[in-house]
Amino acid sequence: MITLTHFLVVSVCIFCIGLYAVLAKRNAIMILVGIELMINSAVLNLVAFGRYDKVNYGGQVFALFAIVLAAASVAVGLAIILSVYRKYKTIDPNNITDLRD
Amino acid sequence: MEEVIFYAFAALAIGSALLVVSLKNTARALFLFFIVLFAMAGLFLFALADFVAITQILIYVGGVLILMIFAFMLSNKELLADLQHTSAKFLSLPNAQSLVLAVGFLAVMVYGILEWQENTPYWITENIRQGSTIQPADNNINQLGIKFMTQYILPFEVVSIFLLMALIGAAHLSRKEENR
Repeated sequence: MITLTHFLVVSVCIFCIGLYAVLAKRNAIMILVGIELMINSAVLNLVAFGRYDKVNYGGQVFALFAIVLAAASVAVGLAIILSVYRKYKTIDPNNITDLRD
Repeated sequence: MEEVIFYAFAALAIGSALLVVSLKNTARALFLFFIVLFAMAGLFLFALADFVAITQILIYVGGVLILMIFAFMLSNKELLADLQHTSAKFLSLPNAQSLVLAVGFLAVMVYGILEWQENTPYWITENIRQGSTIQPADNNINQLGIKFMTQYILPFEVVSIFLLMALIGAAHLSRKEENR
């Protein structure tokens, strides 16, 4: 029998890997990948707790909402990355320092 | 048997996620991200969430990852050079401060989880006692459809409006600016 603790430990490992990617990477796309890893670990938590809630199905329903919101945020984020690249010719966040042109 | 497969999926997810963040080559890292997402979908199945697993594969692998690869190929002028000479260094050196922060957070969270597991929340023990937990034989998709259209109709509509806004915003942001 797989208990709740198994799921929680796996998801916190994935979350920390995503945190590392967000902090250490020099490429905006890899930072977005790190954010996606963190969202995915949160979804795993929602699903693991939702297994004990048959009346409301809250965990699975909000896991689906979270997946949809993550997809929307990726679409907008990649659009922003592309227009930043068109202007600065780089996607390293350290080099993008101006708020206006 | 169940535990062996669970541990295999967990090791696959964590191992390839570690490779994703430590590979120097961004294209390879993005393709490895596929494997992480598939393994996470497999883990969702163990929590008896079959529809969420299928949605994960459809939306992430079919949509998000293709978008990411597109953006990578459109934005990286050194893509070909990046793919050609990878012999110099395969893995990138870990950034010390970020590594310390991530490992410290992991330690704190694992300690918290291990302390927490003795006192399960009241609603979980109550639901286990009443037998109202999701069983493997349940028809999840049926129930989810009913819940989406009755109990969660307001969040569902809000999410659909939000998705429309995100779509219009992304199309607006990535258009070509000609008349400036």
